[in-house]
Amino acid sequence: MSQPSADAGAAGSSTEAPLHVPLGGGAAAATAEPAVPATPAKSIEVRDLDIYYGRFHAVAGVTVTLRPNKVTALIGSSGCGKSTFLRSLNRMHELVRGAYVDGKVELDGRDIYATGTDPVAVRRQIGMVFQQPNPFPTMSIYDNVAAGLRLNRRKIKKPELDEIVERALRGAHLWTEVKDRLDKPGSGLSGGQQQRLCIARATAVEPDVLLMDEPCSALDPIATVAIESLIAELKNRFTIVIVTHNMQQAARASDYTAFFNIERSGDPGRLVEIDETQTIFSTPASPATEAYISGRFG
Amino acid sequence: MSTSTMAWGDHRVLPTWAPAAATGAGVAVGLLAFLAGGVSLILAAIVAAAVTTAALIPWSLAVEGSRRARDRMVTLTVTGAFALAVAPLISLLYTVVSKGLDRFDATLFSESMRNVVGNGGGVQHAIVGTLVITGLATLASVPIGVMTAIYLHEYGRGGKLGRAISFFVDVMTGIPSIVAGLFAYALFALIFGPGVRLGVMGAVALSLLMIPIVVRSTEEMLRVVPHHLREASYGLGVPKWLTIVKVVLPTAFAGIVTGCMLAIARVVGETAPLLITTGAVTSVNANPFGGRMENLAVFAYNQYANPGVPRDPYIARAWAAALTLLLIVMVLNLVARLVSARFGVKQR
Repeated sequence: MSQPSADAGAAGSSTEAPLHVPLGGGAAAATAEPAVPATPAKSIEVRDLDIYYGRFHAVAGVTVTLRPNKVTALIGSSGCGKSTFLRSLNRMHELVRGAYVDGKVELDGRDIYATGTDPVAVRRQIGMVFQQPNPFPTMSIYDNVAAGLRLNRRKIKKPELDEIVERALRGAHLWTEVKDRLDKPGSGLSGGQQQRLCIARATAVEPDVLLMDEPCSALDPIATVAIESLIAELKNRFTIVIVTHNMQQAARASDYTAFFNIERSGDPGRLVEIDETQTIFSTPASPATEAYISGRFG
Repeated sequence: MSTSTMAWGDHRVLPTWAPAAATGAGVAVGLLAFLAGGVSLILAAIVAAAVTTAALIPWSLAVEGSRRARDRMVTLTVTGAFALAVAPLISLLYTVVSKGLDRFDATLFSESMRNVVGNGGGVQHAIVGTLVITGLATLASVPIGVMTAIYLHEYGRGGKLGRAISFFVDVMTGIPSIVAGLFAYALFALIFGPGVRLGVMGAVALSLLMIPIVVRSTEEMLRVVPHHLREASYGLGVPKWLTIVKVVLPTAFAGIVTGCMLAIARVVGETAPLLITTGAVTSVNANPFGGRMENLAVFAYNQYANPGVPRDPYIARAWAAALTLLLIVMVLNLVARLVSARFGVKQR
């Protein structure tokens, strides 16, 4: 497994980088954050969740609480179902034909899988950032950020929209870099800038939860540090769930860490344990977790 | 030649002008054979190709070694294949332009063939007819075709209906154009009685030919829109139909326009289905529901197939009509390129 070792080097250099990064995992991050979050976000309660693609049982029996205004990292080897689980949290996995779930996912007590619930409405409250930066190529930077609001056909006056776009771009640490070229296409930005643009786009619709599917794995170390410091700030306003293959990233950026694993290929993925990040990385309860984080498999 | 690492040092290549020089020598020998030797043009071209190969390849083999010689051989083959493919096109363009220019004058565009026998006359009525018939066919086919493609790719994939439509679109692609014409003729004959000739009948026949092309090319363009753009849109809580309208279609716009242009170019020169549906007429008629309508391809065919006496003005008009048709297609292509450059995906 070459990626973690490469990332370990990157992580080592990033600690010397001038950008502010919360170090030492959950404890340091916890002391850095204000006692009362700026905007209280919502929690997600998952109970006995089984996820299927047709007859394939992808994830089995996940019961977990994702706490509000915290960053929860999902780690585990490839194919263990952590991305599938993440996507099931805003019903994105349903885009695959034949996908369905059994169990409950509640956003502040409301089951997002209850009959009659519109998946589109769910996704307006639970936003998503993807692995590959994916700004809309036909739209300008401004239009990309405004896309969520405009496409949802909410009538917004221009000055108000300007304000929302500026706030979202400032929140994504992108404003100073793009404020003079808001009318240029988003595809002209660098990879890291594009990813921050996508974060701005996702936050502009003011969701309660932000799901991030390996948001840094297509980025260089400097851009990764920028995104991580952004995540530390965003949790003041959102509940964040992040899938990562980079354990240093989980240790740096998250408050809680959940470890997913499959016993044999073909078996469904299971949640092995979830705890405070510091605990997971120092004294995990399960030997499988310890084996994984110490690099003995995966 | 040594294969040791030291071979890096005495790496030798032909001068950059070598291929040009070899080609020049080949063309010179070919020209000489054509002009002085009296051989046919085709034989001269073969001689030119052979001389070029014989000059370049052994030279390369001697100086650069076998790997580069093989590379040059393949380059020559590919270039030769391209030249072979382009030669008929250039020949066709040259013939149409040189013969069409005889009558390519102002009267060609300002006059119809009303009361014209022998010299003079123009193709105004045929231009009007071509534009009206093709325009109507486009107006009908593009929405139907694009929406069918959207259904096939975004909604009906893998379903029974989707597969059935896909199959029939493939079947429609293979319909001979005369069959489309006969279908339109039969359809309107049932309604208006036999012997009916209307511009709109031609439009129906042409749209039968256009729809499958539009469907196939649009579907292909929708396929290359990256899936992650759709996901990004869904992730923002945008419904599926709005995602298609605001994200997928704009991203595929340039390709869809190009596909529609290809479809238009394919049908604008159709003759057979229009002969039996729109008939032929000598005066301007811009009303697709008002009887017979002329169009450029049928006009060129009739002028050439049934000339009067003397023949020359009729033949000249046929070539001029062909040139006009060619120019219309080129202008349409240019417009489509401008449109897709203006509204398509911008890089920075």
